[in-house]
Amino acid sequence: MTDDSFTDDSFTDDSKGEPVHQGYLDDVSTAFADYDVLGAFWVNIQLTVYAGLIALVLGTVLAVMRISPVPSLRWAGTTYVTLLRNTPLTIIIVGCVLGLWGQLGVSLGTGFQQNFFRLAVLGLAVYHAAFVCEALRSGVNTVPTGQAEAARAIGLNFGQVAGLVILPQAFRGAVAPLGNVLIALVKNSTVAAAGSVAEASVLMKEMIENRPDIILTIFVVFALGFVVLVVPIGLATTSLSRRLAVAR
Amino acid sequence: MSQLLFDAPGPRARRRMVWVNVAATVAVVGIGVWVLARLADKGQLDADLWTPFLEPDTWLDYLLPGLRSTLEAAAISIVTAAIFGLVLGLGRLSRSRTVRSVSGVIVEFFRAVPVLLMMIFFYMGLPRLDVVDAADVPLVAVVLGLTFYNGSVFAELVRSGVHNLPRGQREAALAIGLRRGQSLRSVEVPQALIAMLPAIASQLVVILKDTALGYIITYPDLLNSARLVGTGNGNILQALVVAALMFIVINYGLTRLASLLARRLGTRTAGETRAAPPPLAISTKG
Repeated sequence: MTDDSFTDDSFTDDSKGEPVHQGYLDDVSTAFADYDVLGAFWVNIQLTVYAGLIALVLGTVLAVMRISPVPSLRWAGTTYVTLLRNTPLTIIIVGCVLGLWGQLGVSLGTGFQQNFFRLAVLGLAVYHAAFVCEALRSGVNTVPTGQAEAARAIGLNFGQVAGLVILPQAFRGAVAPLGNVLIALVKNSTVAAAGSVAEASVLMKEMIENRPDIILTIFVVFALGFVVLVVPIGLATTSLSRRLAVAR
Repeated sequence: MSQLLFDAPGPRARRRMVWVNVAATVAVVGIGVWVLARLADKGQLDADLWTPFLEPDTWLDYLLPGLRSTLEAAAISIVTAAIFGLVLGLGRLSRSRTVRSVSGVIVEFFRAVPVLLMMIFFYMGLPRLDVVDAADVPLVAVVLGLTFYNGSVFAELVRSGVHNLPRGQREAALAIGLRRGQSLRSVEVPQALIAMLPAIASQLVVILKDTALGYIITYPDLLNSARLVGTGNGNILQALVVAALMFIVINYGLTRLASLLARRLGTRTAGETRAAPPPLAISTKG
């Protein structure tokens, strides 16, 4: 993007050749017209959805491992959560791109863009799976022991106790903490910038570089974009968790 | 440990569990061995990729200075965030509706905005204001980003800490003639703060991890120095693993400290001490 495109249009009227003062709002709207802000946020939403689905599956598996009667599976689940939860997400994503792809040559797609996107999804997913696991465990803790005891008493085995009795209730009890993980995931999708994915924070940086005069407006617009994404999730999960809570 | 889904096993279940356990161990170890074998195939376990981390120069010139910057940013941030959070938290408990709602909006805004976005904004905006030395801009940007986000989390902790105190605390304070503000200052908030301490220790883990975002805005943190080591020796993967392990050790220690604090401080406050990190969700309650 070149600088002359807007300085010419904004401050001079070509037909008369006289400088014309243009309002700040017009100035801002011409600046935003040059960039695909919604497209950048769409990348964040896609990162969130794909990573969220993978993290949900992986996190559920980890949670089942951690409540299972098999010591080695419990150990493996606990180790995974301890390691991933305490590693900065930035290291994981840089590791995916520079380590997995750059050094090991692992490629998850064709073309740089798709490959970086999928590597970032991988990094986001393995990191947030640890938090999904913890959220589900806190959901399991809301299920009274009597439920498991009754399920055992009528002769269900571990898989049936977990799959038919405990987990369905645990998911309902875990809606609020899972919502928190989702909110964190939306915000953390910006960290994909460390993996060369062109998402909202990268676009914001680029826009500020080109239009430093309206830096505050640019920041507020992007920040409000995230508020618009995050607040409905918060409100929805709060009301869902109330509606779905098992009455005890 | 949750003993929820199974009860004390009998002899048959114990036998079965031994077999399942052996099978699961084989599977887990198998995956580990397979990964290591693949890495060895690619020469990633070769000694020359790992020996740089046995040399003192790697540590003295890169990793330790990086760790120092990381800890420095985290230490400053925890203090500024605690102050910011205390002020906003008291604002949310204020009797004035305006102060309450303004503090509420500030808290919700900063909790919804990604820390990285704030860091980039400060990183690019500070040089225009010309208030900090150009060399300090990345550090200040990291600290400001962490302060606003974590301060808002602390504000919520202060508020929920006060709300979670038994009502008798305030009633007793009012009964002996304290005004509401006095009761808040000298009875409720101190206890809420003690109840908060374990959660603050947990939040320290979050702050420490988030300093790594400084990597994106050129702050010379541990991740950046690990990358330098990696680019110099062609062992980025190994350097990142070492940096990650350093983070894991420190954060694991902090998590243990948090649960220790939660147990120790339980008797010093009428509130509930929890080691769990504070929740992030947008709350609808004013």
